Amino acid sequence: MSGPIHIRPDETFTLNVGPQHPATHGVLRVKMEMDGEYIVKAETVLGYIHRMHELMGENRTYPQVLPNLSRLDYLGALGYTHGHVLVIERAAGIEVPERAEYIRAITVELNRIASHLFWFGAFVMDLGGFTPLMYAIQDREHILDLLEAVTGSRLTYCYYRFGGLYNDVDDDFIAATKAVIPMLRKSLKKYDALVTGNIIFMKRLEGIGPISAEMCRKYGATGPVARGAGIDFDVRKNEPYSVYPEFDFDVPVYHECDSLARYKVRMDEMEQSLRIIEQGIEKLPDGPIMPKKKPKLIKPPKGDYYQAVETARGSFGIRIVSDGTKNAYRFKLRSPTYSNMSLFDEACEGMMIMDALAMMGSLDLVIPEIDR
Amino acid sequence: MGAYFSEIFYGLKSLAIGLGVTFKEFFKPVVTVPYPYKTIKMTERYRGHIELIENEEGEPKCVSCGMCQRACPSGCISLASKSVEYEVEVKGEMKTKKKKVLTKYDLNFTTCSLCGQCVESCNFGAVTFSKDYNLASSRKEDFHFDLLKRLKERNS
Ligand code: SF4
Ligand code: SF4
Repeated sequence: MSGPIHIRPDETFTLNVGPQHPATHGVLRVKMEMDGEYIVKAETVLGYIHRMHELMGENRTYPQVLPNLSRLDYLGALGYTHGHVLVIERAAGIEVPERAEYIRAITVELNRIASHLFWFGAFVMDLGGFTPLMYAIQDREHILDLLEAVTGSRLTYCYYRFGGLYNDVDDDFIAATKAVIPMLRKSLKKYDALVTGNIIFMKRLEGIGPISAEMCRKYGATGPVARGAGIDFDVRKNEPYSVYPEFDFDVPVYHECDSLARYKVRMDEMEQSLRIIEQGIEKLPDGPIMPKKKPKLIKPPKGDYYQAVETARGSFGIRIVSDGTKNAYRFKLRSPTYSNMSLFDEACEGMMIMDALAMMGSLDLVIPEIDR
Repeated sequence: MGAYFSEIFYGLKSLAIGLGVTFKEFFKPVVTVPYPYKTIKMTERYRGHIELIENEEGEPKCVSCGMCQRACPSGCISLASKSVEYEVEVKGEMKTKKKKVLTKYDLNFTTCSLCGQCVESCNFGAVTFSKDYNLASSRKEDFHFDLLKRLKERNS
């Protein structure tokens, strides 16, 4: 009964990318109205794995919410837990020993590199190159091993505590981290030779998927997406927290606004993270990892508290409204990928579908973090 | 015209460089482990599901205070106890005293998030993380652990 399907030239059809689609890296659905290979209109449908983390934050005690934060972004979990402990510490007035803050910075940066490495592999795979993913995962494995030795888990860490850390790092960790840094530097050079200079790769990305600075401002995009559009904004520099003012590092900014610029920002960021880790290890002070005085029950005084941190995907904000009890009255998470994803609908209009998927890859989406 | 050829030349060069990288990689040693035949030793701090710790007599250290149950964010610990009377000698006299004995300590591992709140909240050092990770199963019931039974099995 089936014959060839004829589409009139002026006719459009609807294409569902997702909810199960390898290019979306998760359960995200994009409803696209297509005219041949060109996108006329796109509509992102979210919420397939919404787990109500915000509500959970409101009906559990403060320490009980600790494991939730690492379930937002499974690739760069430590950055999110860092924001959480920082806001509660500020609210409840808990002093953090210096050693703990340094260890936090080192582990967060390690996690950022691991996240970027995985993104790098997955992004190149989106474009059709499979080999770099294997190399990237192999390098990421070294970092995960390091983190596993100190935190006890590989992805969904629950390592930071209000006031400090779960347990201290040992000399093995320091030595192993020192050994991993030159190895990663070598790998970054390898990736540059293998991928960045590749002619097919460049042709696929140069000038493709423009996201302008205005669009970033309109949708609140942050992180590498904004920095690839020429916006020099990094929470670690602009609103310094933790021990970041002690470190000497640069914020890579590119002005081309295309997918290649976003790629380059992330590749440069890994080098900067390596610099922070190096300095952190050098400066790592001795001392306790938990404060001497710590309230047994965390009950921040009445008030409204906000803390933004720079995670691998952008600026993550956490707002806590306390009514003085042991649960938060309001627990709001501002996740960077949600804002970064919002601009996709507008940005991909009129694009070829393959270019739009390349652009989607360059946004570095982690779906559980969009849906929370 | 010149730009056209230089682009072709550049393209070929970049492909050759890429091939060089993969070619070198080809002769590097294998880094993966053939999993079911060979396993990796878990690190000291690896957090598997929780496990009860015994005291010198082989009995659980747990005094059934219920702190872990209350601290658990997912409510996956359920325990029960009964009080037993026992006799002690105080100043030459025999006296009967009561103490709580753990009769049940169940862990519903399907909802456990391995956060460690239970281990940290226990003031008696009675629970810890195990190093088990070969836990695949297609039945939900296989993840309801009777930790008391596991402890007895370990001791026998
Ligand atoms: S590790 Fe966390 S979730 Fe699991 S039983 Fe202990 S307190 Fe509950
Ligand atoms: S394991 Fe520890 S916290 Fe839990 S009931 Fe036993 S003694 Fe109390």
